[in-house]
Amino acid sequence: MRAAVWPAVSVRNLRARVKTRGRFGDALLYGLCALACVLTVVVLVAIAYEVVKGARLSISTFGLGFVGHTVWKPNPPFNALGAAVFLFGTAVTSAMALLIAAPVGIAIGLYLALLAPGRVRSVVGPLVEMLAAIPSVILGLWGILVLGPYLNRHVEPWLHGKLGFIPLFGDVPTTGANVFTAGLILSIMVVPVIASISRDLFLTVPRELEEGALALGATRWETVRGVVLPSTASGVAAACFLGLGRALGEAIAVAQVIGSGNVISRSLFSTGDTLASRIALQFPGAETKLHTSSLFYLAVILLVIGLVTNLIAQWISRRFDYQVAVVR
Amino acid sequence: MSAVPSPEAPLTATGNLRRRAVVSRLFEGSATAAALLAVGVLGIVVFSVVKNGASALNWDFITKNPPQFGGSSGGIANAVAGTVIITLLATAMAMPISVLVALYLSEFGSRRSARAIGMVLDLLNGIPTVVVALFVFGLLVAGHQHSGFAMALALAVIMLPLIARASQEVLRLVPQSLRDAADALGVSRRRTVLGIVLPTALSGIVTATVLAAARAAGETAPALFLNSIYNSSQTQLNPFGHPVPNVPVLIFQLSEQADASGFARAWGAAFVLLTVILIANIGARALLARSRSKMGA
Repeated sequence: MRAAVWPAVSVRNLRARVKTRGRFGDALLYGLCALACVLTVVVLVAIAYEVVKGARLSISTFGLGFVGHTVWKPNPPFNALGAAVFLFGTAVTSAMALLIAAPVGIAIGLYLALLAPGRVRSVVGPLVEMLAAIPSVILGLWGILVLGPYLNRHVEPWLHGKLGFIPLFGDVPTTGANVFTAGLILSIMVVPVIASISRDLFLTVPRELEEGALALGATRWETVRGVVLPSTASGVAAACFLGLGRALGEAIAVAQVIGSGNVISRSLFSTGDTLASRIALQFPGAETKLHTSSLFYLAVILLVIGLVTNLIAQWISRRFDYQVAVVR
Repeated sequence: MSAVPSPEAPLTATGNLRRRAVVSRLFEGSATAAALLAVGVLGIVVFSVVKNGASALNWDFITKNPPQFGGSSGGIANAVAGTVIITLLATAMAMPISVLVALYLSEFGSRRSARAIGMVLDLLNGIPTVVVALFVFGLLVAGHQHSGFAMALALAVIMLPLIARASQEVLRLVPQSLRDAADALGVSRRRTVLGIVLPTALSGIVTATVLAAARAAGETAPALFLNSIYNSSQTQLNPFGHPVPNVPVLIFQLSEQADASGFARAWGAAFVLLTVILIANIGARALLARSRSKMGA
């Protein structure tokens, strides 16, 4: 018998042909994807570059002392500008937002992950996330026209009357446009951030651990305190940092409700301003070059704070990833 | 954490069962209350907008432009059209790039490079929108005039990390067995990705895009810095090189003036904007839920 006559194509030959057919398209797609990634990195770098460039005049005029100065008189005879008032305002409003939003957000996360019955969860979860979808300008509009006046009529006088001996509530509240209202509006924006991240975290806790605790006779709360929270603590902390980043950077809603004050005050019932809200309020109307440049300088400070907060969140949650890998 | 009891501690009944049960009930009650509070706040905000906005709302308000010389009559048609155009333009810029980045993260990148790009995306997502707006101002507007395109570019930068991250999550849900099957059939990488992976994840990617666009439509800082100097009754809607009327600037400017008829118009505009955004959100979520159940994840 004669061996079958094979066409003059070896396996090697065939593979080479298949490869060359796919190769160009593959390389093109890969190249496009890689290019898009490079573009993303370029955008990030360009943002930093452009903002610092805009601030150059102010940086060379005031130097690092800008950060500590408490005057903000942009008009020509004075030309004195400093960021301290706005740093203070940012710190106070963000701290207030986080103090309110962290416990509430974590509690919502626990409710959605552990307590809510299935149907309720599938309704309440999206509703909480929808809170984050309300545009800040609408939340701010609601803040000045509804929330601010309400607080000023009912809540602030009461707080001032009962707790007025604490400097925080020391000033007599005059209008609803103040730091207190801004802090509350910010906490409304931060709650959904913390709630949805922490819910997802709590859902990753292995069921056996929870059931083990329950089987040992632990109550719901003891399970949460002894098992759920310790095993997700760093992730929850990262969620809080992300929420903090949201609060630090919010400009429009704060600009609408904070009343744009120019001095540092110990009281929450006085006007103030944050870095972001001052930029939003004065940038469109800035007249001198120095004024514009100083607003860019505020943006540089804001950018640095925002990036650091974000990096801390990433660093913590990366440690969390590691922990999960070890637990499982 | 200190909350974890020492494993060597002797197990003795403390006898305060009632107290433990009460504490646990308190916890359950306050967690439920927190959820109710959040839903309640959402309800109050939406109710305020609907209640105050409905009185300003009529057919003219949506279909007519503002009067040429101020006054409280007329509508916001030009601003609505402008917002739609700018949001579409921003989406058209952000979506292709975001999807390519997501594909790189899930299909092509090595672990390390994917991690680095993921970190860049998270950083980009963490940059305050005022800063992004100032960046585009320095890039395009300084020395020139305001333009709809500049605003769209800023919105695209804001949308990019949102779409890319969410698309990456969806691409991760595409079963590995599909990719393996395609490889076994000798299908080229490009055709696996474009013909199998991407279509499977398509509805998730569309969801991510719609959610990001809904977020961008309400962003105000970019609108204020890059696209706010225009005659409010203008009908010019070409975003390239010209400012275009838009809803967020309208609401912000009206809310900053102490004028009751202005407030009414601001509520009306807020009503229109919020309605569109919430409907887009609900629709996108429904789509996502359907695709998830289809993929069995």
